Amino acid sequence: MSYSDKIIDHFQNPRNVGSMDKNQKNVGTGIVGAPECGDVMKLQIMVDDQERIVDAKFKTFGCGSAIASSSLATEWVKGRTLDEAMELKNTDIVKELALPPVKIHCSVLAEDAVRAAIADVKNKVRATGSAKKTVTTA
Amino acid sequence: MRSVYLDNNATTPVDPRVLEAMLPFFKENFGNAASRNHRFGWVADQAVEKAREQVAQVVGATGKEIVWTSGSTEGNNLAIQGVAGMYADKGKHLITCRIEHKAVIDPFKYLESKGYEVTWLEPDPKGRVSVDQVRAAMRPDTILVSMMFANNEIGTINPIAEIGALCKERDVLFHTDATQAFGKVLIDVEAMGVDLLSMSGHKIYGPKGVGALYVRRRKPRVRLQPLLHGGGHERGMRSGTLNVPGIVGLGTAAEIALQDMPKESVRIGRLRDRLWAGLSEHLTDIHRNGDPEHSLPNTLNVSFLYVEGESLMMGFSDIAVSSGSACTSASLEPSYVLKGLGLGDDIAHSSIRFSLGRFTTEEEIDYTIDQVVKCVNHLRKMSPLFEMVQEGVDLSTVEWQRH
Repeated sequence: MSYSDKIIDHFQNPRNVGSMDKNQKNVGTGIVGAPECGDVMKLQIMVDDQERIVDAKFKTFGCGSAIASSSLATEWVKGRTLDEAMELKNTDIVKELALPPVKIHCSVLAEDAVRAAIADVKNKVRATGSAKKTVTTA
Repeated sequence: MRSVYLDNNATTPVDPRVLEAMLPFFKENFGNAASRNHRFGWVADQAVEKAREQVAQVVGATGKEIVWTSGSTEGNNLAIQGVAGMYADKGKHLITCRIEHKAVIDPFKYLESKGYEVTWLEPDPKGRVSVDQVRAAMRPDTILVSMMFANNEIGTINPIAEIGALCKERDVLFHTDATQAFGKVLIDVEAMGVDLLSMSGHKIYGPKGVGALYVRRRKPRVRLQPLLHGGGHERGMRSGTLNVPGIVGLGTAAEIALQDMPKESVRIGRLRDRLWAGLSEHLTDIHRNGDPEHSLPNTLNVSFLYVEGESLMMGFSDIAVSSGSACTSASLEPSYVLKGLGLGDDIAHSSIRFSLGRFTTEEEIDYTIDQVVKCVNHLRKMSPLFEMVQEGVDLSTVEWQRH
């Protein structure tokens, strides 16, 4: 199987690799997949008071397409509000990276990781009740 | 540097000497080996008979015991289905192992669907089946034991002589798929008590599409029900016009392999050890799969923990290897061979098979060490598993979100 240039680019020069402090109140962490399935993605987002994503990081154990999908997802969510980020579709990742059918699950995983990170940060905000803009997401 | 080919267990390039020997049999010596009444046929027949001797010598057999096939898939099918069909009135119980090649597993599964009973032995964590396991599985109605000589993914060599002796004692036929061992390690069907042995051309620098099955003629005389019916070639066991150029190529390749084996197995074994030493010197958390004590000299299977095999292969794309990860398959199931060792799916997903060959050089091995080390480090930097382990998390206690 050959890879598209975009997959190779994200694989060789992954964007936003790294970790943030998961205990920080404005950081949401999503970990999806399992080692025995061959894919684990950890995607983190940091939001500001306006619930806009100001930073995103990922770490992925998986094939090149999984790494590229999560790298692309971090690029895309940066600058979006949480609600906008929820609209990220795996099919957009498939299109952008020209993923073959056997690799579609990689894009699904990336979408799930984004959603899990969003859910996590929303939970934190609600639990602490400290973020002033919680009303807008209710 | 040009591409490095370390996937010789998948296939090998044709040796230039082999190609030279084959060419006349595409051109002037194009005759049908079964044409008994003219020179074209005689020349072809002579070449085929010479190749029979060349192949037989590699396994300690006689030329008359060699049946030409299209490769090991056919040889395995002919041996397994052929024995099952011919000896069904004696019994319908068969013994094999879970980590055999698919070309052995699937014929046995087919026989199960036809009313035969198969005992599937589990290998030990290094990939070996013991003679005691075979003995314990034997029954009065057992007619065939099939155990691979050496495993294609991990290179582990089974105790063939011990299993052969047991089979002789119990009057049970013994088949071994020797596709990977043929021409690489010493094989002696007499000393090892083997009744049927599958071989292939393209694993030993011969052409693809040709192979041979050794079928014992004395003590006992093994009979097989044919898969292909027709002109009665190959003592009725395999009808079909012989692939003369392919057979000549296989014969030549076999002769070269036998001649070179003493020094070649040492040379390749040293390169393989150099590769393992280099990787273990520069990387932590790597696991060698297989049995170093009983191994093909050319095979090294390594799991690079916390990184996935396919991404590794993508990282050093100018080095041809294979992976036990099956990220591309619809089922997402990793190698059944590595799973069969009971090491866990994550070990399989992280594994790479390096299989060296006649044309592998020391320079290529050093280049490979360098590239693999760089790539593993690159991928570990972005591996959430590696990060968790560094933080002291026991991965087996994590509740994963499976898909």
